[in-house]
Amino acid sequence: MDLDEEVREFLIECNENLANLDREVVLLEQRPKDAKLIASVFRTFHTIKGTCGFFGFSILGAVTHIAENILDQVRSSQRELTPELTSLILQTVDAIKALLSEIESEGCEGKNEYHDLRKRLTDAFQYATTAPDAQSACAEPEPSVKSPAEPVAELPPQMQQAPVAEPPAVAATAPMKEVEASVPSDEAGSQKHSVVLDSTIRVDVGLLDKLMNLVGELVLARNQLLQGTSGQDGVLIRTVQRLNVITSELQEGVLKTRMQPIGVVWNKLPRVIRDLAAECGKKINIEMEGAETELDKTIIEAIKDPLTHIVRNSCDHGVEMPEVRLGKGKPAEGLVLLRAFHEGGHVNIEISDDGGGLNPEKLKARAIQKGLIRSEQAAMMTEREAVHLVFMPGFSTAEQVTKISGRGVGMDVVKTNIQKIGGIVDIFNRPGAAGSTVKIKIPLTLAIIPGLIIKAHAGGAGEMAGEEHRFVIPQANLIELVRLDREEDRKQIEYVNGIPVYRRRGQLLPLTYLNSVLGMDDCIFPSSDAVNIVVLQAEDRPFGLVVDGIFDTQEIVVKPLGKRLKGLSSYLGATIMGDGRVALILDVPGLARLAGIVSQARDAKRHEASTADTCPEVRQTFLIFRAGSFQRLAVPLALVSRLEQFPRKTVELASGQPVLHYRERILPLLYLSKLLDPGSESGGAGSETIQIIVFDEGTRRVGIVVDQIVDIVEEAVTFTQSSTHVGLLGSAVIGGTITDLIDLHMLLREVSGSGSLTYDLEANALNTLLIVDESPLEATMLRGYLEMCGYAIADAGCLKDALEFLHAFPRTDLVIASLSLRTQIGPDLLAAVRATPALRHIPVLAITRDQATASRGQHLDGELHFDGLEDADDRAQLLQTIRQLLRVRREPVTAVGAGHGR
Amino acid sequence: MADKDLLAGDLGETRQFATFHVGDLFFGIEAIRVQEVIRHQEMTPIPLAPPAIQGLINLRGQIVTAVDTRRMLALPPPAVGKRPMNIIIKAEDGAVSLLVDEIGDVLEVPLNSFAPVPDNVPAPQRDLVAGVYKLRHQLMLALDSERLLENACH
Repeated sequence: MDLDEEVREFLIECNENLANLDREVVLLEQRPKDAKLIASVFRTFHTIKGTCGFFGFSILGAVTHIAENILDQVRSSQRELTPELTSLILQTVDAIKALLSEIESEGCEGKNEYHDLRKRLTDAFQYATTAPDAQSACAEPEPSVKSPAEPVAELPPQMQQAPVAEPPAVAATAPMKEVEASVPSDEAGSQKHSVVLDSTIRVDVGLLDKLMNLVGELVLARNQLLQGTSGQDGVLIRTVQRLNVITSELQEGVLKTRMQPIGVVWNKLPRVIRDLAAECGKKINIEMEGAETELDKTIIEAIKDPLTHIVRNSCDHGVEMPEVRLGKGKPAEGLVLLRAFHEGGHVNIEISDDGGGLNPEKLKARAIQKGLIRSEQAAMMTEREAVHLVFMPGFSTAEQVTKISGRGVGMDVVKTNIQKIGGIVDIFNRPGAAGSTVKIKIPLTLAIIPGLIIKAHAGGAGEMAGEEHRFVIPQANLIELVRLDREEDRKQIEYVNGIPVYRRRGQLLPLTYLNSVLGMDDCIFPSSDAVNIVVLQAEDRPFGLVVDGIFDTQEIVVKPLGKRLKGLSSYLGATIMGDGRVALILDVPGLARLAGIVSQARDAKRHEASTADTCPEVRQTFLIFRAGSFQRLAVPLALVSRLEQFPRKTVELASGQPVLHYRERILPLLYLSKLLDPGSESGGAGSETIQIIVFDEGTRRVGIVVDQIVDIVEEAVTFTQSSTHVGLLGSAVIGGTITDLIDLHMLLREVSGSGSLTYDLEANALNTLLIVDESPLEATMLRGYLEMCGYAIADAGCLKDALEFLHAFPRTDLVIASLSLRTQIGPDLLAAVRATPALRHIPVLAITRDQATASRGQHLDGELHFDGLEDADDRAQLLQTIRQLLRVRREPVTAVGAGHGR
Repeated sequence: MADKDLLAGDLGETRQFATFHVGDLFFGIEAIRVQEVIRHQEMTPIPLAPPAIQGLINLRGQIVTAVDTRRMLALPPPAVGKRPMNIIIKAEDGAVSLLVDEIGDVLEVPLNSFAPVPDNVPAPQRDLVAGVYKLRHQLMLALDSERLLENACH
């Protein structure tokens, strides 16, 4: 809808005024005697009324007119501002908003003439005027109600009454003025009448964005000039340096135009809280600290809804009913405190309430009821983990679904939205049951970030061989820089199972080489030169990135990579460097995942917008034990059937192998320490008893003799590396320490005699299953389990390998594909298998490790569907489904026959 | 209207094509899809990117992905020292550069000279060619740029 420029101006101005009104009216309710406030509210109504008369918006004029008259009575102390009156005024504000939006979209006021509201307003007005001490002089009858087309006629006397400029009131809101002045916004919350009217101008945000781009270009041109003129004569140098300073200032200035105080968003919250409190019968005050804290406009827009939601939650779930509060010895009035402050390139926002806090038990019960977690998981959760449940998708704590919150869009959406702009959100119970605090940390601006420029050499024989590449690492991910110059310093890099680690102040820091992660060089071992380690924070775990050189830090303008390159998780974007060349900005969490520092299980969680603390499904419980010289070994507890302790003398020998009578059967034993370090003696040899971990898979079982059971740790595996050591799968950081995982299926094979489980794909003895999982650890775990159950297993880590295998062995009986949010490997594989006539008959079972991917597996495009979808951790159910699928398959297979070759 | 008819009487309906050479092949792409043509630019390679994505160039502050057209057509890499030219085309999400050997003229091509792709064109090329225009002296392959960009990312 095209509107006149003037009408548009009017709308923008009205919207600004209204944002203020909400806040002021609420304040007024608390301070009914505040003359300045009354005057300010009155003036706002007056301005709207006056201007809309000018444009001929008669309904709007009539509504504001009566409200203005009532306010006039309040202003001249003819009546008290009762809560009912405040509500009425706020309703008027709502009606004005509705009318304005109607005007904006339709160009006219629409059909609703607000007769009811006008009648109530008139009644309220006349009630006061007929009251004994009302001044008849002011009690103007309301012709405008009857003839809404002529409210303008009323204007002159009102105009005279209106104190158009009242300096103190203006001064009170002055801090926001200068910024807002240049940024048009419907949320802008300051008065612009009189004093500052002439010194401000509205600018389209699109124009500012364009200016930003141009300034960015200017900065680049300047940088090029700076480089080109070094070594030139004096005059040019001086001019260039001047240009340098001016450009920097210009850049800063343009950036500032996009900044707005957070108060712009906060302004509407008092109204939200007041309405909510009134609705729930609570009494809640709001306090704000740091409303002047500035943020980029795009970020302001992005946090608006999350903030409102959190505040709503605080009022609805946080602050208790007044009776309850009094009973607890708290004041009847609850308090919601908003704080904002700058801290190290970030803005922190805290929303606290002094209510009852979050009840971990209730949260757990709720999550179980909603099917988000299992009760065993709940039992193992810490309080903090339980509190974090509120961030899970589909969680809502309100006992009844109220109008206010609990509509399904919960804290998970808040979290996702904040993460989208690079922020973090966390929730705490304040100590001493003094309510809860939500903390949000967001970057100041999205457009420009400080970054560390580093270089990497491309080695090997590839196209990029011998070249040097610059990359940018966002400063936000940076912890410290370590340079190992001397020979002995470099010795601090050790190898744990082939993985380089650096001993950083007593803690082992896994290292990864940038050029090898990015596939620029095959060699990961450091050369004889100095080693530069950039210590980075990936999610909650530090790691060291070894680079070939470190330049300096620069403010860089982040530019997105095209859609075509979106799939590359290693980059955040690109930027243009001083010499005009493009440099890639590294995405640190993405890089960590590529390097295997952060496991993919965690990765999936990250994408589903929750952290390790909030998403227990993907955590695994490990049994930690030691044997021989291996101080820390682990096996997933899910695979262990029992832990036993037996007197050493009960061990017997059966055909040369140690066995034990165990539950009326014979349990073969395996001394782990002997297997892991042949030649060594078992560390527990002297003791009277032996510790046994029993693995039982129906017909096949084994007791593994270890020296000592150390611990049980629940953790998401964060660091894995395969091992070549016999009997070990690889290592992982479990419980903060590097731990070796034992290769259970290999051990089982050891016991049950060589070859009994090694499968021959040509032999028909076993059903052949193909596991397709990008995570080698998960794949190996599952493989071990399924092999114990008597299947021949092959695995593939990527789509290509999987298809190659299937083409080579079309007799594969079942494909088990792991679903992950990060990749499409599962659905892609399914599509590929179904599209190939020779493979079409093979059932494809999907396994998941969390809720989000499960729902993704259920909603595939088109006709495709998996033959089954199971939770990877529910091994018993998984096995049952596998058996079922294999049984079903056996019948049609003979019919389909072709291509199957059996 | 009358002018157009006159012209049509001669050539039938025509369309403008920007032409270029890759190896021995002569291509045309609808001029309307071409944003500009620039000489060789310094390029930043992207490790881990699909092989046909050769790098990123800075086009007046805008970051543009450059696609190795030779590789897409399964042609050998250019002779050492030969710097490709950039044809910047407008794609749905911004500009993309096609790296080509040489830039030709913009030709007014009669639409009725169009023919489907001959069968003897090798498969990787046939896949990227929408058809052939029989010009007086030579054949011009009409590049299916959408297809090219789509394939380049895999």
